[in-house]
Amino acid sequence: MAVEVSYNTAELVCVSSARLLEDGKVVFAGAGLPLLAAILAQRTHAKSLTILFEGGVIGPFVEPGKLPPSTNEQRCAAHANMVLSTTDVLLLQQRGYVDYGFLGGAQIDRYGNINSSFIGDWDNPKVRLPGTGGGNDIASLVKVIVAMHHEKRRLVEKVDFVTSPGYLTGGRSRQQSGLIAGGMLKVVTHLAILGFDEEKGVMCLEGLQRGATVEEVRQNTGFELLVKKELYEAAPPTAEELKILHTLDPEQRYTSPKGD
Amino acid sequence: MVSSYLELRAKIEQKDKGLKEKVKSLGEAAALIPDNSHVAVGGCHYSRTPMAIIWEMIRQGKKGLTISKSITATEGDLLLVAGATRHIVTSWFSAGVTWGVSRIMRHYVQSGEARYEEWSHMSLGLRYRAGAMGVPFLPSRSMLGSDVFKRLKDIKEMPCPFTGEKLALIPALNPDVAIIHVQKADPYGNAQIRGLPFMDKDIALAADTVILSAEQIIDNSDIRKAPDQTAIPFFCVDAVVEAPYGCLPHECYGIYEPDFHHMDTYVKLMMERGVDGVKEYLDRYFYGPNTFDDYLDQFSVKDILKATLQAKKSHGG
Repeated sequence: MAVEVSYNTAELVCVSSARLLEDGKVVFAGAGLPLLAAILAQRTHAKSLTILFEGGVIGPFVEPGKLPPSTNEQRCAAHANMVLSTTDVLLLQQRGYVDYGFLGGAQIDRYGNINSSFIGDWDNPKVRLPGTGGGNDIASLVKVIVAMHHEKRRLVEKVDFVTSPGYLTGGRSRQQSGLIAGGMLKVVTHLAILGFDEEKGVMCLEGLQRGATVEEVRQNTGFELLVKKELYEAAPPTAEELKILHTLDPEQRYTSPKGD
Repeated sequence: MVSSYLELRAKIEQKDKGLKEKVKSLGEAAALIPDNSHVAVGGCHYSRTPMAIIWEMIRQGKKGLTISKSITATEGDLLLVAGATRHIVTSWFSAGVTWGVSRIMRHYVQSGEARYEEWSHMSLGLRYRAGAMGVPFLPSRSMLGSDVFKRLKDIKEMPCPFTGEKLALIPALNPDVAIIHVQKADPYGNAQIRGLPFMDKDIALAADTVILSAEQIIDNSDIRKAPDQTAIPFFCVDAVVEAPYGCLPHECYGIYEPDFHHMDTYVKLMMERGVDGVKEYLDRYFYGPNTFDDYLDQFSVKDILKATLQAKKSHGG
């Protein structure tokens, strides 16, 4: 039997989402945990995975311990293949050169719509969040993986504001709005891996993290969750994966135990 | 919203487009920015921020500005607290993911005192590009169906006249003034940018007036040795200011990384003490010093050396 390793929920989400990134593909990664996961994928199973940053970078090589707190700064361009204007790198998604977008999420709903703009009423918000950045463009134009902590207040029936569009109100509403490509692919949490029902455009439980139960996932989800008939159990992070994470982010700036 | 095409052209026609020296002091350059104008800020987030020009704008007590920037960092806090702007057009506003949500942005926007007009990052880029191209809009497949789109007044959608597909029409943005910091420029305004170019070329071409600050003013003969490195042509530019370390505490690619120690200290003050904390910061760093050199004198030499060495090691100085 394999040696049990210890990890926190953020590390679990990071490793679990990194595994979804296939070799030979191109991923648009946001700052924080998505960036960490994309680099982890490169250093494990996806050696020829190409990372794009919205700051205007194609194929960077970020130095361990120097993960930038923004994907718009010079450390993101280290050893890159190319730098180009922000507008042009974002337009690569519209052209179709990007296989995945990789986002963190403050709040997501059953249709995979993400809110990173307002908590509460738009005109009189309880909290004004930083905003979309490139998130809306990524969600409008490419397949998206979201990595987040699984909490009732984060997985909600309806987001307060659709910053980054998922399947909008379900069914064919996304296509009808003009978003004919892209869409939510997976939501990875510390409890589960969720996909989307193609016809209904709603979130659907596909796999459980080790030790999690369907009941636990339901209790921590703010809407009635579809559950696939055959669920799989995700393998826990390996010692090798965790070692790489700790090398990349020795201060745990992006995988702090609180799960943000 | 979208300016009249002939008026836009008339402003460019009236510009002195000669290959002439435009070197000015910070004070003279910032004086070109009228109150109540739209100022587009170059760089992105805490990278290549034209902090020296912003420093001078705040000291000159500019009022009523609309500020647009691809991604807004701590300079947005400072412009709000100083009272220079109550309208920020951007795609993201906070210091960085590890520093939390700006308390200043929240204070002014949640109280309704200031407006944060949110565009997607690409859409803002397309706005400047349309402005630079002299067209009233560019079609895009982004933002459709989202509440970001619904909340904006100056955006439309239409079926493509060729395919019938739904498209978002992103309106041109032609700022009154662009302020941009670069690594090198000659006295005429030929600007050479290293590293991430962000939206700066489009901003410069879209704006009526362009103010450049540069780490170093170099001779025109040096520009001519590598014309492929020139990102902004001289005839766009109205003023060139030499401002070494002109982005601090933000970074300038290949020359210095951010002064992370200063950023941490600023964010702590801002998050703990809000508007009052930032007022104290402005007193100490913006209103107190007599010159921009005196502003730089307030920074720790050790931290600046570290930021400089890191940038040289990673990016070949």
